[in-house]
Amino acid sequence: MQIDKFTPKSDMMMLLGFAAAVLLMPLWLQPFGAAYPDLMQRFAIFGLFAIGFNILFGQTGYLSFGHAAFIGVGSYTTVWIFKLFTLNILPAMVAGVVMSGIFALIIGFICLRRTGIYFSILTLALAQMSYNLAYSVLTPITMGETGLQVEASDPRAWDAPLAEGAVPRTNLFGIEMTDFGGLAGFYICAAILIVGFYIALRITRSPFGSMLRGLKTNQNRMSYTGLNTRPYALAAFVISGMYAGLAGSLMAAMDPLAGAERMQWTASGEVVLMTILGGVGTLIGPFLGAVAIKYFENIFSAIDGAVLTSALDFLPDFLVSGIVPVLSLFVGKGWHLTLGLIFMLVVIFLPGGIMEGYRRIKARFSKQGEE
Amino acid sequence: MSVLEISGVNKTFGGLRALDDVNLKIEEQTVHAVIGPNGAGKSTLLNAVIGKLIPDNGTISFSGNSMIGLKPHKINQLGISRVFQTPEIFADLTIMENMMIPLLAHRDGEFKLNAWKRSDQDADLQEKAAKYLEYVNMLGKSDTHAGSMSRGDKRRLELAMCLSQEPKLLLLDEPTAGMARADTNNTIDLLKKIKADGMTMVIIEHDMHVVFSLADKVSVMAAGHVIVEGSPDEIKVNPKVREAYLGGAEV
Amino acid sequence: MDAILLQILNGLDKGGAYALIALGLTLIFGTLGVVNFAHGALFMLGAFVAVSVREVLTISTKVKDESVTFFEAFKEIPYLELWLGDTGRAIIDWSVPISILIAIPIMLLIGLVMERGLIRHFYRRPHADQILVTFGLAIVVQEIIKAIYGANPIPQPAPEMFEGTANVGALFGLGDNIVYPKWRLVYLGFAAVVIASVFAFLQFTTFGMVVRAGMADRQTVQLLGINITKRFSIVFGLAAVVAGLAGLMYTPILSPNYHMGMDFLVLSFVVVVVGGMGSLPGAVAAGFLLGILQSFASMNEVKQIIPGIDQVIIYLVAMIVLLVRPRGLMGRKGVMED
Repeated sequence: MQIDKFTPKSDMMMLLGFAAAVLLMPLWLQPFGAAYPDLMQRFAIFGLFAIGFNILFGQTGYLSFGHAAFIGVGSYTTVWIFKLFTLNILPAMVAGVVMSGIFALIIGFICLRRTGIYFSILTLALAQMSYNLAYSVLTPITMGETGLQVEASDPRAWDAPLAEGAVPRTNLFGIEMTDFGGLAGFYICAAILIVGFYIALRITRSPFGSMLRGLKTNQNRMSYTGLNTRPYALAAFVISGMYAGLAGSLMAAMDPLAGAERMQWTASGEVVLMTILGGVGTLIGPFLGAVAIKYFENIFSAIDGAVLTSALDFLPDFLVSGIVPVLSLFVGKGWHLTLGLIFMLVVIFLPGGIMEGYRRIKARFSKQGEE
Repeated sequence: MSVLEISGVNKTFGGLRALDDVNLKIEEQTVHAVIGPNGAGKSTLLNAVIGKLIPDNGTISFSGNSMIGLKPHKINQLGISRVFQTPEIFADLTIMENMMIPLLAHRDGEFKLNAWKRSDQDADLQEKAAKYLEYVNMLGKSDTHAGSMSRGDKRRLELAMCLSQEPKLLLLDEPTAGMARADTNNTIDLLKKIKADGMTMVIIEHDMHVVFSLADKVSVMAAGHVIVEGSPDEIKVNPKVREAYLGGAEV
Repeated sequence: MDAILLQILNGLDKGGAYALIALGLTLIFGTLGVVNFAHGALFMLGAFVAVSVREVLTISTKVKDESVTFFEAFKEIPYLELWLGDTGRAIIDWSVPISILIAIPIMLLIGLVMERGLIRHFYRRPHADQILVTFGLAIVVQEIIKAIYGANPIPQPAPEMFEGTANVGALFGLGDNIVYPKWRLVYLGFAAVVIASVFAFLQFTTFGMVVRAGMADRQTVQLLGINITKRFSIVFGLAAVVAGLAGLMYTPILSPNYHMGMDFLVLSFVVVVVGGMGSLPGAVAAGFLLGILQSFASMNEVKQIIPGIDQVIIYLVAMIVLLVRPRGLMGRKGVMED
C-alpha cells in the first residue's frame, strides 16, 4: 500500500488552493446563499478551531471533550482588553491566545497524566468545571448569564474616550470590523485562518508532527525509542488550546461580547464532530467539516413549519399535514437532533469523514480508468 | 570489559519469585543468549533492564551507571535499544517516517519542539535513514505503509530503527518467534551481519537453532535463577541444562 | 455534630444517584469494554417513564362540579378517579413508585436494543469511536425527549405519605435538629436495595460468576467456550434498568428535564474515575463519598471560607485522586489502560 507523497511543492499548491478558496468565498458562496459576512466569519472561525483541534485529536489521537473551555478563555480575555485598554483587536487577540495557552498548559498538565478514555473524561470534567465557575464564583469576571459586554463608558486606557451613548466598535488600526458591510471582519478572519492553516501544515510536516503521529500509533515504541511522550502530548495540547483561544478571541473581536454558553460541553462536542465529519488527521478535512456544519446549521435552523408547508405545497394536503410535523422535528430548534444523527451516521458509516469519502470515490474512478 | 552488569537482582510478584538473585555480565562485542524453559524469568529480567519494571533489590549498571529507577526513555538514551517479541513499529506510518522517529530521538534527545522545519528536507537524516534501510535490505520501499508488511519485514524495519540509534547494546526478545522458516533464516543472517559489525547483543530465545548459530556465550535460567553459564558447546553437553528443560517439560 | 450528620444525610441521596449510574457505567466498561456516553440518557429516560406513566394515569374528563351550586361549573377529574374512586386516587398518588413496574421492562428493552442495534458493532472499534457514537446517541435521545416533553422541567410529586420531612434525629435518639425530607430517605433505601441486589446477583448466581470472571479476564473465559457476548448484552440491559430506576425514583427530588442526563453523566464519569475503572465497590463508595463531599461544600459556612467550592469540589477531588492514585481508589491494574 502506497501513501500519497507530500512534497514542498504539492504542499505549496495545497496552501495556495486553500487560500484562494477562502479568499474567494464571497464569490463562490453566492449560489449557495451563504455569502454574507456574518456566516462566512463563522466558517473561518470554526474552521480555525477545528484545524487546531485536529492537531491534538488527529495527530496524537488524544480525544479532548473540553476544548470549548479555551474558546471561553479566549473570548473573555479579549473582551476584557476591549474594556480596559483598547478596541484595537490585535493586542486583544494576542492576550486571548496567551491566556488560553496558559490555561491549556495547566489543564493539559493535569489531564495528560492519563491516556485514552481517562483523558477524555478528565477534559470533559475540567471543562464542565470551568463552565460552572463562569456561571457562579467568577461572575465578577464573566458577568454570569448576562455575558460580558463592551460599553461606551469603559475606561479604555489606550483609546480616546468615546462619546456618551456611542456604540463601541472593534477595529484593526482604524479599520472597523463592520466596514465594507462586514467584509473587513471576514477578511481579517480569513487571513488569520490561512495563517493558521499554514502553521498547521508546517507542524504536520515537521519532526514534531512525526512525533505526534508516533504517539498516536505506538506510545510503547516511543518510550523505548528514547522519547519522553508527555511533553510532546502537552505541547500538542497547548498548541490546539491556543488555536481554540484564537477562535474564541476572533468571535469576540467580530461581535464584542462573551458568554459562558460558548464553553458548554455541546460546543466541545461540536468541534469533535466537525473534525470527524471532515476527516480526522487530514489538513483540509476539519475546515470542510466546520463549513458543512455551520452551513447546515444556518439553513436548518432558519426553516420552520410555515417554510416546510410552503415548500411541500405540491403534495396533497393530507400528506403535508402528516410530513410537516415529522420534518419539523429536525429543523428550526430541532437542529441539534439532526446534528446528533449526523454525528452517529458519520461515526458508524464513514469514520474517515468527507476526505475518506473523497478518496474512496477517487480510487473507484481511477480503478475504472485502468480497466 | 563488561557493558551491562546485573548483580543480585530479585523480583517477586505476590508470592512468586520471578527473579532470584540473578547475576549476569554482558561483555562488549559479544552475543549473549539467555535461554530457559517458560516461566524461568527471562522476560522479567529483560523488562528490569529496560526500566519497564523495577527490581526489588540488586543493581543493574550500564557502562558503570546505575539504571535502577530510570524511565524507559532515559535508558534508551543511554544507548540500549530493544527489539520486541511482536515487532513494535509505527504501523500507521510510512517506513520512512518509522525511520525518522528513532533518528530524531538519537539526534535531538528525549524532547525537542522542532515544529517548523520539514523533515523531508533534512538531507542528513534522510541519508542516514536510507543507509540503515539499505543495511536491512529494505531500500526503495520507503513510502510503504509499515502496518501492511509481512512479519519478517516488520522485524527488519524494527532492527533498522534500533540500529539507526547506534546503540551500545541491543536487546532482542525472541526475535524469530512466530516466523516462517524462511523469515527465520533471513533474520538469523541479518543478526549475524549485525554481530559481525561489532554490536553487543543480548538475545532471549527458545529456538536452539537461533541460539547456537549466533551466541558466543549462553546463560541458562530456571525458576528465576541463572543455573549455568558457558559457551554454546559447554551448554550443549551440560546435564543440568537437560534437567532444567526436562523439568520444565520442554526439550 | 447535628449539622455534620445532616450534611452526610444530604449527600447520601445524591450520592446514591451517582453510585447507581456509576455502577452501570463501570459494569459496561468492565464487561463490554465500551465507554457509554449515553448512560446519562438512560437515567433521563427512566425519569421520563415516570412522567409518562403519570400522564397516562391522569387522563381526565370534564365533570360537572357539584360543589358549585349557583352556576354550572366543570372540573377535570381523571378517569381513574372516576372509575375507582379512592383506589384510583391512591394509584395516581403513588404514580412514581408504580412506574417502576413499567420502567423495568421498558428500560431492559431499551438497553437490549441499544446494545444489539448499535453498541455491539463498536466492540472492535477504537475507544474514541465508542465515545463518539454514544455521545451522538445521547444528543439524539435528549433532543427527542425535548421535542416531545418540551424544555421545561415537569415536577413529579412523591406519594403523599412521603411528602414533608421526617425527624431523623429523634428516630435515632440524636436530638431534634436532624430533620430530613422523607422521600430522600426512601431514595436512599431504594438505592441501597438496588445496589445490594446487583451485588447479590453478581455474587451468588452462575450468571453473575461468569460476568465477574469475564470482567477479570475476558479472553480466558471465552477460551473456556462460554458465550460471553450474549451474557454481556444482558449486562447492558441490566445497567440500563439500574440507571433508569435511579432516574425514575429521583423525579420527586429533581423535576425531570431533558438535560438532566448529561449533567449527571459528567459527574458519574468522575465518580467512576475516582472509584477506579472496572471496580464495582469503587463506583459505589466513590458515588456516596463524592455526594457527601459535595453536600458539605454546599454549606454556607464552607462557602464563606472558600467561595465556589460547591461548584468544583468533585472535580478537585477527582484531580487529586488521579494525581496521587492514578488508578482510582479501588482500580485494578490493566483495566482500560490501553
